[in-house]
Amino acid sequence: MKGGRFWAWVVFILGAAYFFIPLIATVEFSMRMRRGVYSFDAYQIVLGDPRFQATFMYSVIAAIFTIILGVLIVVPAAYWIRLRLPQLRPVVEFITLLPLVIPAIVIVFGYIRMYGSNSPLPFLASDMGTNALLVIGYAMLALPYMYRAVDTGLRTIDVRTLTEAAQILGAGWGTIIGRVILPNVLIAVLSGAFLTFAIVIGEFTMASLLNRPAFGPYLQNIGANRAYEPAALAIIAFVITWGCMSVIQVLSRFAPKSANRPN
Amino acid sequence: MTDLSLSNQTIAGKAAPPAEARSLRLPTQWLGVAPFFIFAIMFLILPTLYLMLGAFQNDAGEFTFENIVALGQPSIVAAYWISIKVSLASALIGAFAGLAIAIAIVRGGLPNWIRSATLTFSGVASNFAGVPLAFAFLATLGRLGLATVILNTVFGLNIYAHGFNILSFWGLTLTYVYFQIPLMVVIITPAIDGLKKEWGEAAATLGATTAQYWRMVVIPVIWPSFLGTVILLFANAFGAIATAYALTGSSLNIVPILLYAQIRGDVLHNPHLGYAIAFGMIVITGLANVFYIWFRTRSERWLK
Repeated sequence: MKGGRFWAWVVFILGAAYFFIPLIATVEFSMRMRRGVYSFDAYQIVLGDPRFQATFMYSVIAAIFTIILGVLIVVPAAYWIRLRLPQLRPVVEFITLLPLVIPAIVIVFGYIRMYGSNSPLPFLASDMGTNALLVIGYAMLALPYMYRAVDTGLRTIDVRTLTEAAQILGAGWGTIIGRVILPNVLIAVLSGAFLTFAIVIGEFTMASLLNRPAFGPYLQNIGANRAYEPAALAIIAFVITWGCMSVIQVLSRFAPKSANRPN
Repeated sequence: MTDLSLSNQTIAGKAAPPAEARSLRLPTQWLGVAPFFIFAIMFLILPTLYLMLGAFQNDAGEFTFENIVALGQPSIVAAYWISIKVSLASALIGAFAGLAIAIAIVRGGLPNWIRSATLTFSGVASNFAGVPLAFAFLATLGRLGLATVILNTVFGLNIYAHGFNILSFWGLTLTYVYFQIPLMVVIITPAIDGLKKEWGEAAATLGATTAQYWRMVVIPVIWPSFLGTVILLFANAFGAIATAYALTGSSLNIVPILLYAQIRGDVLHNPHLGYAIAFGMIVITGLANVFYIWFRTRSERWLK
């Protein structure tokens, strides 16, 4: 197996080169703004740009609402299916896979045609309505990841016993879900939340077609008009993605490892 | 242990709901899943159905195949063709490179930290797509990119003089590979972990060479997961627009960019043709996913 190890190193080093060269090149390019010396000018200009701050804040808020909406839709459904309606599981799993089948651009195209100002549900007639539609669209994009994260979390706790214990103590459904189930799957929900954040923060297609002042369209606009700032933005975006993934990894260390119920 | 908890569960399931409790619960039975289904129907299924029906209607709302037939015009066929080529090329390159990396980190005898570092990085890179990825590749392989400049000054190789262009088929494919390889690594590593040591030992006991072990055991077991993931990568690339749009503007006419232009400004001068293009995209990614699920079920047989 000596030869095997040699080839493993070759593969690993080639792969590492492919993945690190663009990152190094982007860092280098982003620092080339001032002629002759390396500087952080591009970062200063980007971070000081009021449009950067405004669009970034817009996307952060959109992401937070997306996460809340996603949790509100997914947690009760996943819980209820484990507890009472296991026969619906294949249907729900199929639906949660649909956003991976239907491209985002098709979903948003459907929204534009179905919820225009002349339709019975004119989401697009007002700014707030369009914002809401964007958040809903994002929640659909994140649905596969959120559902899987929550479902994995539920698998590691004994849903039925917890529910019955809470019922014996006189808890209603709201209390059971909010104060018994949710805290027990909090780590799984948070993993889903950070993944949602990473997906939503730089999302371009939906935001652009719904004409929202979000971070993704801003990135695209800067890319079309500037030279060095895009590289700085790419590094910032990479750091954000990396941050979200690190948080998920740290969280997973706190998650219960063993499933005490084989379902 | 497993048997015990299973039987407990069956008993609990049978004993728990007395008749009157059930009749009381019936109206609320669907309440927990209602928000999920309402959202899924209103914001996922109906909009998609609306477009699919629209693809078979003309302006007057009558049923027609005209829009589907109109997909046959050369510019649209060309767009589909280049999309399929980019998606397929990036999926295949990503799949083989990802498989090689996964085998290297699982079976190659590399230090343990390399495996965990690679998996962590893959998680990040598979989500590093969209507009920023395009910026990174412009900074690397654009006309003034670092790699372009170094190849030219140090190695005397002017890739642009040799016909390379980041705003081309290969430029886009090479960029897509950046999120395709890590996705492959993330998905296929568990499958390679699932190859049991005993199989290798059993093969060796029966006198198999390493080559025979790979050809007759490893490849047949991994094959369905591998094909399934290739298809998933294909669908992943096929629907993507942000990277391509930020990289090439509209100079590379892939289907999502054509649809984007059509939604923004009806460039094809026929709204229903836009529906037909969307319908075509759903058919292609839908077919891809049917195959994916099929391969997935086949692969799960071995990887328990």
